[in-house]
Amino acid sequence: MTDFPDFQTQLASHHSYLLRFARMQLRNDAWAEDAVSETMVAALSKPQAFENKSQLKTWLVGILKHKVIDQLRSRQREVVLDADADSDGSEELDALMFKADGHFNAQPSDWGNPEQDLRSKQFFAILEACVDKLPVALGRVFLMREWLELSTEDICKEMNLSSTNLYVQLHRARLRLRECLELNWFGSTGSNKVAT
Amino acid sequence: MILGRSCKQVAALLIAREDRALPVVDRVALRLHLMACKACPVFERQLLTMKSALKTWRNYREDESL
Repeated sequence: MTDFPDFQTQLASHHSYLLRFARMQLRNDAWAEDAVSETMVAALSKPQAFENKSQLKTWLVGILKHKVIDQLRSRQREVVLDADADSDGSEELDALMFKADGHFNAQPSDWGNPEQDLRSKQFFAILEACVDKLPVALGRVFLMREWLELSTEDICKEMNLSSTNLYVQLHRARLRLRECLELNWFGSTGSNKVAT
Repeated sequence: MILGRSCKQVAALLIAREDRALPVVDRVALRLHLMACKACPVFERQLLTMKSALKTWRNYREDESL
């Protein structure tokens, strides 16, 4: 049997971790607080559901994802409101990468052996910073895909987007993320990596 | 040519492949281009690195305070 006060303490210790992910996905502090509070309430109301599971954090993240989806669903109109606001910057990124004839402006750089990067905490800090730097609406749909792992069909349905619109946004988000990683991690002359 | 693609178009297809299934004609065009091009396979490997990075990121391990 789970000792209840102890369980509460354990839950509390994961609060800031959960909040970080909720914020990254929702891009709104109040919504994120709501989602995390609802997660805590749900966890406290059925501690027996956690019995026999060793991975408290994993269980909580599972609940959080559902609560975050509820938030996105209920704020649907606000979530995708500014979706078209950043179309100009993306054209620039294309122009930066490619010549008018469709060739690369500069040969893409070899990112080397990723195994080493994927063991580095600093790499993931940069990855998260790059995701945070995405324009709000882009960041939201990108993480719906990559963190919530929703299908494109489900994202379109939940957010009332056309598939064309969604594909364009995901394309922009991925291009920007690649660019940001290139600039802040892979392109650097190894100074970041040495520090890890 | 029906199967001719620029690097810009190929890069767009490589990115699109993360989110949707490509039509057969695009898949064939992609393969042909990747065999003949030096830059695009490098770009493709960058995207693969991103893909595995995102996968590792969302499947954080319990013992890591990532």
